[in-house]
Amino acid sequence: MQDRNGPESATRPGDSPAPAVQPPKAAERGMSSAQPAIELKGISKAFGPVQANKDISISVAPGTIHGIIGENGAGKSTLMSILYGFYRADRGEIFINGQKADITDSQAAIAAGIGMVFQHFKLVENFTVLENVILGAEDGRLLRPSLAKARRELKALASEYGLDVDPDAVIHDIGVGFQQRVEILKALYRQADILILDEPTGVLTPAEADQLFRILHRLKDEGKTIILITHKLREIMEATDTVSVMRRGEMVATRKTSDTGPEELAELMVGRKVLLRVDKTPAKPGADVLQIEDLKVTDESGVLRLKGIDLTLKAGEILGLAGVAGNGQSELLEVLGGMLPAVGTVTGRVRMKGEVLPLSGAAGDGKARRAAHIGHVPEDRQRAGLVMDFFAWENIAFGYHADAGYQRSGLFMDNQGLRREAADKMDRYDVRPPDPWLKAKSFSGGNQQKIVLAREIERKPSLLLVGQPTRGVDIGAIEFIHREIVALRDAGAAILLVSVELDEILSLSDRIAVMFDGKIMGERLPGETDEKELGLLMAGMNNAASGEAA
Amino acid sequence: MEKMPAWADVVLIPLISLILAAAISALVILFIGESPAEALNLMVTGALGSTYGWGYTLYYATNFIFTGLAVTVAFHARLFNIGGEGQAMIGGLGVAVACLYVPWPHWSLALVAACISGAVFGAAWAAIPAWLQAKRGSHIVITTIMFNFIAAAVLNYLLVNVMRPTGSMDPATERFAETIHLPTLHELLAPFSIAFSKAPPANVSFLVAILACVAVWALIWRTRLGYEIRAFGHTETGAVYAGISPVKIIVVTMLISGGLAGLMGINNVMGEAERLVLNATEGAGFIGIAVALMGRGHPAGVFLSAILFGFLYQGGAELALWTSIPRELIVVIQALVILFTGALDNMVRMPLQQVFAALRRKEST
Amino acid sequence: MDLASILQILESTIRLSTPLLLACLAGLFSERAGIFDIGLEGKMLAAAFFSAAVASMTGSVWLGLLAGIAASLVLSGLHGLASITFRGDQLISGVAINFLAAGMTVLIAQDWFRQGGRTPSLPSDARFNPITLPFADRVADVPVLGPVYSDLMSGNSILVYVAFLAVPATWWVLYRTRFGLRLRAVGENPAAVDTAGVSVVALRYAAVGICGVLCGIAGAYLATSLQAGFVKDMTAGRGYIALAALIFAKWRPWYALWSCLLFGVLQAVALRYQNIDLGSLVIPVQFMDALPYILTVVILAGFVGKAIPPRAGGQPYVKER
Repeated sequence: MQDRNGPESATRPGDSPAPAVQPPKAAERGMSSAQPAIELKGISKAFGPVQANKDISISVAPGTIHGIIGENGAGKSTLMSILYGFYRADRGEIFINGQKADITDSQAAIAAGIGMVFQHFKLVENFTVLENVILGAEDGRLLRPSLAKARRELKALASEYGLDVDPDAVIHDIGVGFQQRVEILKALYRQADILILDEPTGVLTPAEADQLFRILHRLKDEGKTIILITHKLREIMEATDTVSVMRRGEMVATRKTSDTGPEELAELMVGRKVLLRVDKTPAKPGADVLQIEDLKVTDESGVLRLKGIDLTLKAGEILGLAGVAGNGQSELLEVLGGMLPAVGTVTGRVRMKGEVLPLSGAAGDGKARRAAHIGHVPEDRQRAGLVMDFFAWENIAFGYHADAGYQRSGLFMDNQGLRREAADKMDRYDVRPPDPWLKAKSFSGGNQQKIVLAREIERKPSLLLVGQPTRGVDIGAIEFIHREIVALRDAGAAILLVSVELDEILSLSDRIAVMFDGKIMGERLPGETDEKELGLLMAGMNNAASGEAA
Repeated sequence: MEKMPAWADVVLIPLISLILAAAISALVILFIGESPAEALNLMVTGALGSTYGWGYTLYYATNFIFTGLAVTVAFHARLFNIGGEGQAMIGGLGVAVACLYVPWPHWSLALVAACISGAVFGAAWAAIPAWLQAKRGSHIVITTIMFNFIAAAVLNYLLVNVMRPTGSMDPATERFAETIHLPTLHELLAPFSIAFSKAPPANVSFLVAILACVAVWALIWRTRLGYEIRAFGHTETGAVYAGISPVKIIVVTMLISGGLAGLMGINNVMGEAERLVLNATEGAGFIGIAVALMGRGHPAGVFLSAILFGFLYQGGAELALWTSIPRELIVVIQALVILFTGALDNMVRMPLQQVFAALRRKEST
Repeated sequence: MDLASILQILESTIRLSTPLLLACLAGLFSERAGIFDIGLEGKMLAAAFFSAAVASMTGSVWLGLLAGIAASLVLSGLHGLASITFRGDQLISGVAINFLAAGMTVLIAQDWFRQGGRTPSLPSDARFNPITLPFADRVADVPVLGPVYSDLMSGNSILVYVAFLAVPATWWVLYRTRFGLRLRAVGENPAAVDTAGVSVVALRYAAVGICGVLCGIAGAYLATSLQAGFVKDMTAGRGYIALAALIFAKWRPWYALWSCLLFGVLQAVALRYQNIDLGSLVIPVQFMDALPYILTVVILAGFVGKAIPPRAGGQPYVKER
């Protein structure tokens, strides 16, 4: 494995303006005497070589809403899963109401009064609300008394907190907003005093989200302690009393929400990273290559993932798509690259050099897109871009394997030619080790990515789709990859770059569009914007951002 | 990173599984009051000690090569074709049809026609489960099991009501013409003055089976279709990325798989019985599962494990003849092989991975 | 057809449905917990042999029943080990178990009894004999209802009543108890059970265990009640028909009863009449034999009321990161 945190560790010194441990503010609403509801001390957790949580300490006062904010992969969910006993920390201690708690599993967490609403709900789809609520918290061996009791309590909880749900409705018949209420009810039914919500608004409409926050405030008023994990700044500002910022597995700051603002939080979240220098001349944009009009994508569960995208991309320019993961960038890349949803619908109009690209059927598949001179470096290189169990030389043709040049006498593939080509490309793209007989899974992330790039760039596509080009890639390779992308631009290709790394977007793009919630929030030029403004746009704060920028 | 070297996966794991299966079988033999060493000795001399024994071993192996290849090809697309038995049955029907209703002047022409007909019938029998899996998401394991039973009923009906010669009480077709008798190994080797026993049914189909091994190897590792099958088997997302249609791969792979199982008919129907009888497959379709699991996805492995199972079958028959150990011992061994190489793979694999990890740590320090 | 022959067919339907029903409910417990089980056949076969063998040796059919259940439970444990503990392929494990039972039963039978892989015929006192329900003799002469009570409902072995009572019992356990709620949940979404603080592994082993017990009774019924002793491969595909019935029943207990009765009728008719002559059309007996499988494929294809298996079925549970 490569050191994923290479660029970050170089920037660490002098970077964190606040100490990692922040004792609760004494003056807070007369709660100075109370023990913190939750206190984590020095929590660390590694998954294999990846350090998901590094020496994290945090303290939350009872009866408050505490936000934890950070980019994707910052380690928020891992931390909370440890608190809920889903994972065990490698090191560190947990205190609940001042008592040291040994949370070995979810049962122990529930007994300690902790409830959790996961990002992906843990509900049994074909059960009723009532059945889901009592599951694991039944009284006695028979269901009838448990159900009757739960029905009474649900009624009480509903009126107390405004959590109305039909107890006899089946989960797959009710909307996600109601499903989330069921998750909250599950926790309350187990007498949770501490409620953790992981990205709770990810699946909600704005109206549903507003309703959720009203409920959370009622819960707080009743003395519950709430931890809200999110990447959306607006939610932090609106709903929380205190906020902690996580970055790359570390807790970088804790603030009282009233003492800070979205600008500072955005900066803390993203970090002031050393801008990777990319040598590039100003773009000389040519004719329109790609025109997207009103592109909408509905996924298999009927959720609208792209809500009408309009974009134009010119030859010889790099358009960077910034945004927090899960806001529609993946769907956009997939539709353009021919990975159409098997179930679900795609509507709108996409034209490539004036030709309409089909959005369904075999005419819109990956092969057809490649024939239209669209190259695709997919976001998920391990599942899509490469076959990990294939040799490097087999992967060098992946997606182009039906090309006439790779066939010998119709029936057989020209494997020798492939191996020669692979050796040649691996040499030129500095893949290490340059051995075509190694399986893709034996290479480091950076070298895997070089194999994908060699395959896609060497075909001189008119349009290159690039997703997360440097995710899990070492610094040396990052520079190389960026150089190759710029070189392709200079050769006249249009490039659509999707990355959750803001510095990558800023240093590589000629134009930046920000996506949020399936829509383009706005376009900016890299010279005329900064991470703070982009961070606000990424968090869905359009008006505030333009106001600030002016 | 690879958790252990490739050779360990290909050689060591099946070997350990085999040793475990053999050890338990030895215990079973002990339990029924016989000597495992003596049993092994008897099996080796009975199955490999004479050209007579080899003739039967290779005859059985031929069946298992076809069904083992059938399961293997499907495994490459991550499909579990448990319907080899039914496909082989219907394939046998195809072979019988080709042999019965055309007056072939020479066995070689008849063999070609029987191969095509058997493969087409077998493929057709796999087509419906394949299509249902690809288009309707119906679990192919369940549908192919059901199709095994349906095949048995179809065959039963045809043999009893349609293909049985008038006046015969036996639910079987009439004997194929003498002109299309397939040369046995005895006849094939005679021109080279190699003495081979006359009795056993091993015949020219064994050579066809070897050809099928080569063809499957070429298909999987040399053709574009094989490339697409393997890519789909490893990652469906990747296949979609590369513009490979999952529907097409599922259907085509199952047609090939069913075709291979159907080819078995040239050995047991045309080569041995020379007529179609009830239950001609004798479970060879299921042994294909064990053979494929042992063979580790490679036709060479399938070939070797088919020979091994051929040896077990012939050796087991010898055991039943000379000792109190019934033939069913091989069914137990087959079950243990499937258990250890398939279902309990992790039980064998995890300790082995730890051993290799420890070795690597030692090396690096 | 007269009343007598209808009654005869129905009688034989009840006898033939019984092993299907027990095995089907066994599969229901396992699959509702998310463990696919194509090893019903093997477990029944092992139970059939051991129940007949022990009944023959001890003369006690009840000890035979216990032995059958124990044998079936051993195979269930093996299936659990492979598919729950070692997260192996549940289907491959089931296939292995079927072969293991097919081979071992004959092997041991031959060693113990030396009768070519069968047990000696069980004398009547080492079998489950028909039980006559109260008043059966007295009402026998009442038209229609009399024979229905005295021939159909009365005069079956105790295991038949066990099987038919197992249907409401299964329904009750599944839908009226805490265990049933958790069992159904673990087959749909094990993560929901896990986060609720309940052990997924323990639940699944319990389900596989119940499956073993029911398969054990089914096997014992075959060898000590339906027939008098064990013969090689005596299950004759009943495990697979039970599996088909389970799919046909969409994994629900009452539907399981109806589908097993349906498949039982098919078997009874096929047993009694070779070919059914409908005047212009003759339905061959083989078609009747194949009908359960054909119906199952049609159901699986989703053209007639799609059968949706438990969502988490077939997949080992691994905590996601």
